[in-house]
Amino acid sequence: MQKYTAPLRVLFDAAERLLSRFFPPEWNPLLNLGALGFFFYWIITASGIYVYIFFDTGVWQAYASVEYMTNDQWYAAGFMRSFHRYASDGLVIVMLLHMLREFSLGRFRGIRWFSWITGIPVLLFVYVAGITGYWLVWDKLAQYVAIVSTEWLDHLPFFGQSVAGNFLSPTSLESRFFTLMIFMHIAVPLIALIVLWLHLQRVTKPRINPPRGLAIGTGLSLFVLSAVYPAVSQAPANLAEVPGSVGLDWFYLGAYPLLENLSGPATWTSAVVALLVVAAIPWLPPMKKPAAAVVDLANCNGCSRCLNDCPYNAITMQMRSDGRPFEGEAVVDPDMCVACGICAGSCPTSTPFRRMSDLVPGIDLPDRTIADIRADVHAEAERLSGDVRIMVFGCKNAEVAATVRSNSVGVVSLNCTGQLPPSFIDYVISRRLAEGVVIAGCSENACYNRLGTKWTTARIEGSRDPFLRASVPRERLKTVWAGRLGARMLRAQITTFDAVLSALGPYRTRHQRVAAKTTREAADDE
Amino acid sequence: MMNRFTGYLGQAVFYAFAAALAGYFATRPVYRQVPADQAQIKLMIKHGGVRVEDCRKLTTQELSKLPTTARRPIDCSRERSPVTVLLSIDGEPIYQAELQPTGLSKDGPSKAYEKFLVPAGRHLVEVRLRDDVRDQDYKYEGRLDADLKPWQNLAVEFDAERGGFHFR
Repeated sequence: MQKYTAPLRVLFDAAERLLSRFFPPEWNPLLNLGALGFFFYWIITASGIYVYIFFDTGVWQAYASVEYMTNDQWYAAGFMRSFHRYASDGLVIVMLLHMLREFSLGRFRGIRWFSWITGIPVLLFVYVAGITGYWLVWDKLAQYVAIVSTEWLDHLPFFGQSVAGNFLSPTSLESRFFTLMIFMHIAVPLIALIVLWLHLQRVTKPRINPPRGLAIGTGLSLFVLSAVYPAVSQAPANLAEVPGSVGLDWFYLGAYPLLENLSGPATWTSAVVALLVVAAIPWLPPMKKPAAAVVDLANCNGCSRCLNDCPYNAITMQMRSDGRPFEGEAVVDPDMCVACGICAGSCPTSTPFRRMSDLVPGIDLPDRTIADIRADVHAEAERLSGDVRIMVFGCKNAEVAATVRSNSVGVVSLNCTGQLPPSFIDYVISRRLAEGVVIAGCSENACYNRLGTKWTTARIEGSRDPFLRASVPRERLKTVWAGRLGARMLRAQITTFDAVLSALGPYRTRHQRVAAKTTREAADDE
Repeated sequence: MMNRFTGYLGQAVFYAFAAALAGYFATRPVYRQVPADQAQIKLMIKHGGVRVEDCRKLTTQELSKLPTTARRPIDCSRERSPVTVLLSIDGEPIYQAELQPTGLSKDGPSKAYEKFLVPAGRHLVEVRLRDDVRDQDYKYEGRLDADLKPWQNLAVEFDAERGGFHFR
């Protein structure tokens, strides 16, 4: 499947990188597509409620009421209408981009099938809500939408009476139809909201609000667009005429010319097949599930750090089952675990300094154990030579770390940067296995496993347990959130870091530094 | 990341570009559904044809063989005749179809919903319908000498209860 997603992935990476030149990582729109979707949803809801106050659902009154809003009350209801319209376009744009980006990143396999599958009806509901919204204005565009939609529905064998027959001539249309439309226009988004809630069920700490800076920028651009180019109605609908020429909203109605010009069975078959293929993508082909994290009760004290750090709700705490004097124990749900290893990175027993016992943490990945990582560190350290040796801990999803491996640069692969217990940094530096440590992971705010980058940064900063010890010299540590296209960036950063380490010289403990200083002073005195 | 001013400038350019893109494609390019010199005729029919077999009055003997709750004096087959429709413009047939009755037992109405584009101008629109397999002639006929304006939509609807074809 990766070969199919690769071209899209390159495009998204390039776009992310371009935007990251102007946006701080937390504001980058491409890294906040889901949150932007919610932002647009709330704007649509608020503006929709206001517009509904002035809207009249009668077939002959609908157009007039929208015209009143647009022309007589342009400063309030008219403005809200534009907001409503453009936020709806924004919603569908960010939803499609969100779906494509998750696809490009391969974030639809394994346990992520649930989020993928629940996202599909949301997209459909948003389209239905948008289309019924256009219908309600009852202008030429609405007439076109109504006729093409109902003619398409009439190809289904469910309707005893032709739905399109309601739009045959001016006398065949009733206000009752508009009541149904307004009901759908309100009910469908509410159903979408419920499905959205389901959509977020398998992730912890979902980002549903964009950062303030991004929200302000997006809101302002909507405001300016609404002011400069307000949404207006087209000529009133008239069933005695064909809506020969219409200004389509291509984001919602892009497929309508196809529906109109291709045969009903062909379009229905294509739509159903496309839907089935999209729904089947998580299992095409079935993914070999990585072994889930395993709890070792002998080393688990029930501290719940793994529970707090797991990005996928795969860990719960339950009553102690082995009689040891701790309150609880961690339990992993293998169906929910993606084997990112963030739990192992959070476990206080995952320390490479352990000598008294085998390095078996309270929670670990069977396929990539903490002991394996320590063994790799030693193997790489033995291989390194030169005055300045650098140990790179690279996320395998970022894929760039391997490109910098050399005689003086060792590379240890992780399932996620969050898998690295901070004590490893201390270990490498204090044991003089290398002069400096580099952590290379996904782009900031774009962690493949959602929270690995965030937790790693917080652990190093000392704001999230387990902390990197304060005594570890931060000048010997570098984090490079290079992402998948960041090989050149990583090489450049390592070159710079090499110069810094060269100037720092070999690592010395605080005691050694004090002792050296004392010796130097004594020599000076003599 | 560039300096703050350049960063904000870049963000502003991005937002302006995104807004312009959304604003443009929200209404443009304009889609032309029907050429400006054409009019449309829309034909809609929903009509149940006459039953294929005539209803038959059961004999007393036949009735006595039926359960008492099922003794209907008239026996009718379910299947209906297909409905044959012919639509002509200026004497030229543009639509001719034998519409089969719907339903598994072919006892439902025959349906048609068709659209035709014709050049705007004066036209003689004729439409005929036959709903009985035993008939050779058309039972219903409608005719309209119409001066169709560009983009005009002429609806031709069949309603047997109201006497046949109606032009609207």
